[in-house]
Amino acid sequence: MADKVKFDLVSPERLLRSEDVDMVVVPGSEGDFGVLPGHAPIISTIRPGVIEVHKGTAAPDRIFISGGICEVSADRCTVLADDAVEVATLDRATLEKRLKDAEEDLADAKTDLDQHKASTAVSVLREMMQAAR
Amino acid sequence: MASLKDLRKRIDSVKSTRKITSATKMVAASKLRRAQEWVEAARPFATNMARVMASVAAGMPRTDDMPKLLAGSGKDQTVLVVIVTSDRGLCGALNSTLVRVARRRINALLAEGKTVKILAVGKKGRDALRRDHNQRIVGQVDTSGLRTKITYADAQRIAEQITEMFDKGEFDRAVIFYNTFKSVISQVPTEKQLIPVAIPEGGATKLEGDASYEAEPDEGEILTELLPRNLAVQVLNALLENNASFQGAQMSAMDSATRNAGDMIARLTLSYNRARQANITKELIEIISGAEAL
Repeated sequence: MADKVKFDLVSPERLLRSEDVDMVVVPGSEGDFGVLPGHAPIISTIRPGVIEVHKGTAAPDRIFISGGICEVSADRCTVLADDAVEVATLDRATLEKRLKDAEEDLADAKTDLDQHKASTAVSVLREMMQAAR
Repeated sequence: MASLKDLRKRIDSVKSTRKITSATKMVAASKLRRAQEWVEAARPFATNMARVMASVAAGMPRTDDMPKLLAGSGKDQTVLVVIVTSDRGLCGALNSTLVRVARRRINALLAEGKTVKILAVGKKGRDALRRDHNQRIVGQVDTSGLRTKITYADAQRIAEQITEMFDKGEFDRAVIFYNTFKSVISQVPTEKQLIPVAIPEGGATKLEGDASYEAEPDEGEILTELLPRNLAVQVLNALLENNASFQGAQMSAMDSATRNAGDMIARLTLSYNRARQANITKELIEIISGAEAL
């Protein structure tokens, strides 16, 4: 059995990462889970949150994703993300502004659909703020 | 024979046309490279998604409570035709070929007694279909903002519009028409079924032994998350392919237009020189015969 996990992170527009890593921590919708080599096969939805990629002894890479699906098999972990940003590039000031905008959208939303969309946007941004801290 | 002045004017006008066509060609060539990169970049997601979908569907019991996007609405009466075209012309027969294919399909569906609704993405398709299927066009998507970059969010917006109509029961089946980019000189009109979603056969990941995927929260939940995304990815793919096709078609159309303009200038210059020479000869004859008469 391989001692590495083949980690693929893809967004609809491009392949963001494809590398062999030691461990990936994925924010599943039912709770975070760590993927090590030999993990049981699982398919899970992802809530907005931070994926941690552990390689060697260095500090883990932290990547924020706004939602998606994760597929894990024995030696592979594939994340289909809607949108992904490196946590290091998140900027608190712009996030605060976007959050404020989104909250205003939520207050203005008239139809159910608009309201649903706005509230999703707000919760994604709140998670982003948390991650950026 | 046209006068010298007329000829000069025509040469000038053909020259400026050639300037425009050759500039357009070069712009299309540079945009084409980027357009192709986008298509390439979007491919891993689509392949991975197809695999995950197949894996989930394989582990899912075939019951009645399957998501409607997958199972269909149980009828096959109303068909939504989504047609993706470019906003601008100067691209040869790209759009008209696609519209012809779509129109043939629409007429076939109508002949079978089905109801057809049309969603036009891009201006050219709407303009062409408005002539004979105006009352069937239920919506149009303005893609003029997508000139610089086509993003997933744009595709998602269109997909949401389609899903919303489907949820309201406005149609039972959706197909999408677009041009697939094969090469600069060949773009293939393509028809694809959007709804109900076709599960790729045999694409599921082979697991060791008879292990199967554990689904979290459960297969149904995952499918309801996956299916709208799949739809958006299909739309995105259609938009990207069509964009690449457009740039390719425009490049080759403008290339031959530039060449034609060059030929025309050569021909016009020849007859201009001939006319000029004839004039000179005529004047000489007049002078000589005038001098002789004295």
